Amino acid sequence: MAVKKFVTGSFYDEAVLFPAVKKTRRAGYKIHDVFTPFPIHGLDKAMGLRDTSLHTAGFIYAITGTTTAVGFITWALTVDWRINFGGKPFFALPAWIPITFELTVLFSAVGMVLTFCYLCQLAPFVKKDHFNPRSTDDTFVMALECTDKTNDAEAISFLQSIGGQDVQVQYKETGWWLGRYDKDTKRFERKEEAAH
Amino acid sequence: MSLLRYESQVRPALVDGDKDYHQITEDICRPVEAKPSKLWWTGFIISVLFLGFGILSVTMEVIYGTGQWNLNRTVGWGWDITNFVWWVGIGHAGTLISAILLLFRQGWRTGVNRAAEAMTIFAVMCAGQFPIWHMGRVWNAFFVLPYPNTRGPLWVNFNSPLLWDVFAISTYFTVSLLFWYSGLIPDLATLRDRAKKKWAKHFYGVASFGWTGSTKHWQRHEALSLVLAGLSTPLVLSVHTIVSFDFATSVVPGWHTTIFPPYFVAGAIFSGFAMVQTLLVVTRKVLALEEYITLEHIEVMNKVIVLTGSIVGIAYLTELFMAWYSHVDYEWFAFKENRLNLASPYGWSYWIMMGCNVLSPQIFWFRKMRRNLVLTFFMSILINIGMWFERFVIIVTSVYRDYLPSAWSTYYRPTIWEVGFYMATFGLFFTCYFLFSKFFPVIAIAEIKHILKRSGQNYKDKMDVIEKESTAHFAEEQMHEH
Repeated sequence: MAVKKFVTGSFYDEAVLFPAVKKTRRAGYKIHDVFTPFPIHGLDKAMGLRDTSLHTAGFIYAITGTTTAVGFITWALTVDWRINFGGKPFFALPAWIPITFELTVLFSAVGMVLTFCYLCQLAPFVKKDHFNPRSTDDTFVMALECTDKTNDAEAISFLQSIGGQDVQVQYKETGWWLGRYDKDTKRFERKEEAAH
Repeated sequence: MSLLRYESQVRPALVDGDKDYHQITEDICRPVEAKPSKLWWTGFIISVLFLGFGILSVTMEVIYGTGQWNLNRTVGWGWDITNFVWWVGIGHAGTLISAILLLFRQGWRTGVNRAAEAMTIFAVMCAGQFPIWHMGRVWNAFFVLPYPNTRGPLWVNFNSPLLWDVFAISTYFTVSLLFWYSGLIPDLATLRDRAKKKWAKHFYGVASFGWTGSTKHWQRHEALSLVLAGLSTPLVLSVHTIVSFDFATSVVPGWHTTIFPPYFVAGAIFSGFAMVQTLLVVTRKVLALEEYITLEHIEVMNKVIVLTGSIVGIAYLTELFMAWYSHVDYEWFAFKENRLNLASPYGWSYWIMMGCNVLSPQIFWFRKMRRNLVLTFFMSILINIGMWFERFVIIVTSVYRDYLPSAWSTYYRPTIWEVGFYMATFGLFFTCYFLFSKFFPVIAIAEIKHILKRSGQNYKDKMDVIEKESTAHFAEEQMHEH
């Protein structure tokens, strides 16, 4: 991942942040991301992010679990090794419902958490660049990505005008961390050419 | 859609005092960042000692077999399975708080969910010990898993409630752990970014998985929590249902009843809330978190206790009535002679159960009592004892006299090693809880911040609509523009 140039501003109140997000988008700036210490409902909508499909993934994992359980138990008890439990039918579906249910939940939960971690690139020992360490405390940090058309001074004064505090230019490497390919690039290293 | 949801002034504040986001971080991180107190060390060392004695007890059992326990011809489950069911039940409150109350949009869960979920995980860890060590030849414990083996392969019996239990408990543990930890990640990131010491930076850095708080990540996090809550809700009901199937699918008088699943689930939530009270009444005091775990929280939980306690009471009476009404001699004998009859060998345990679980919680109909911390703590202990006796009554009084009077056993009383094993799980539970309360935030920081402007005391008074323009409208407009 290449190092990119950002203009960041801090906000301390949702009442300022929301109008600011709207103004920024209206003004045509590209919001890289807004980092918040807690989930703010509606912010994703305001930023124009699409809904997550994690639910769908969860459903697919769930039916995988159901199929695995029913399929495996059916095979084990009716095909592979039939055991006569007190003359009951070999295909005893009602008795398998508890395990089928548990595996449905297990597959869905484990699959969703792994998918979540993959999508958000979260894993033990992963370290990411932080625009402002206070963004996990009480600060909402909005980062505007600078493209070659962006006028830095203009972006800075714009962020200040919409209520951003502590506005500054930062060079950060963001993006996908699992399986980074440019191992020679040191993080936190300032790369001027990236901005151009 | 306005940013803030209006919340009635009638509802008491969930966060007391004049708080802002930073103050919340400070308050909740303080116990984690401070040096452990003498009190913490005392509690921790006592827990480890309990655990140590417990390990000795279990070692004795492994070396000499389950003969070290006083189990006999008909009482094959004794203390061991009593403790198993008791611990599993305790776990249920955590999931109820974190999952069911999330689905019901109960704001007060945010103050107590983290500690309650931790309690769930530790309780399930304790519960799992009992069936495992009860196997005797514990080195063969992996036989319960359906793995391809050289004996055929001979598969496990998927029709058996005991195997359902294996799947239920392990799934429950896994899902609870994932739910708990996924909620912890943002809070661990908060600790990471505040950490001053090198080891703390490293530890919380590794543990927080590189969380940044990006809006997209939060969106996914919310979706994940919601779906995990939706999965955990039927899961928690299924787990104790399956535990009750261990009994209900048998033909033992006193066990063979259809009321067991709902009755066990209500009992589990009842005992679980009692344990949450035991822990939180102390935790909030010691860690000075009274403004986050307020009297309101305590009161609400006491309401849950009186509700579930009464459901349990009705279940006891229904079970009793059905035993009589069914005209099954064996069933009625189990209830009349083995339980109701105070003069019978175990009659006393039935009445302890009745007194602790049905009569005593009725005091919580009074608001003053619900808000009395000393009483709450005392009652929580009483209920824990009562719920332990419930499982003891079910297990022992049903089997110590079975169908053949010639097989009626002698009086079952546990050996020191059985008691020691029970103590071991207390040691394990509290060792884990002490470590948790020292190294992790006991309150979900992000979730408290989330409800602050809606339910915080200093915001409730001056609540007004922040936005003139609705966000939904704005999003719509932007979509059409591009």
